Amino acid sequence: MNNILNHIGIENYIFLSVILFCIGVFGVLYRRNAIIVFMSIEIMLNAVNLLFVAFSTYHQDAQGQVFVFFSMAVAAAEVAVGLAILVSIFRNLGSITIDNLKNLKG
Amino acid sequence: MSTVLIIFCVLAAITLATAFLTIFSRNPIHSAIYLVICFFSIAGHYLLLNAQFLAIVHVIVYSGAIMILFLFTIMLMNLNEEREVHRPRITRVGAIVSFCLICLVLIAIFINSKPIVGEYVTTGEDYQSIKVLGKILLNEYMVPFEFVSILLLVAMIGTVLLSKKEKLQK
Repeated sequence: MNNILNHIGIENYIFLSVILFCIGVFGVLYRRNAIIVFMSIEIMLNAVNLLFVAFSTYHQDAQGQVFVFFSMAVAAAEVAVGLAILVSIFRNLGSITIDNLKNLKG
Repeated sequence: MSTVLIIFCVLAAITLATAFLTIFSRNPIHSAIYLVICFFSIAGHYLLLNAQFLAIVHVIVYSGAIMILFLFTIMLMNLNEEREVHRPRITRVGAIVSFCLICLVLIAIFINSKPIVGEYVTTGEDYQSIKVLGKILLNEYMVPFEFVSILLLVAMIGTVLLSKKEKLQK
């Protein structure tokens, strides 16, 4: 079986995930809508997962993929709780613009 | 250029373009749809790396569960029409500058660390079929696996508690 990285190269995967991660950071900084911020967080998590799988292929080892499973489970839990918090914020404030969330600020 | 490289480039272009469109589209529903396309292209990357089981799980969890959750929340809050106020210009410029700086720093780091990457070995043994993954998951990673189930249970209970309507004080 031929290693697929012979054709592509691990550097391309590294650059792809770096750019994807930066797009996620950019989305968190740029948008005010809390849902879009959550989507950007998902993009960041996916960039890291992609790099995990690429390095799992590079080392020919399954542990990277097992780690991706755990990260997916954590992402699912995080999104469920986060969206529930957003729904209750929306009920109380009537909007989910993150600039309105200043209640904990003294 | 080999065929695999062309496929990789096309998939990478789709991933990056849809990720940008997710952030820049004004309508949250459109963002969610673009994010679904982004997740599908990442699943394509997994398939390209020969991690079939992971690709299937990725499609089920992300494109299925998480995106349905996003879409339902968007529709529940009735955010279809846009009422987002723009950030002040200084914040946006700051976001763009920090994006460029983070990109520059990370890419520079990885370019300079390139000599560490040696040549690609092929051991020939099976390391990513469902059988092997299941054995590793239930032997070496048994305790984290159980903790993940507890985490999901706690997240479920927390979600139900959070999204329950509070009773009015009498």
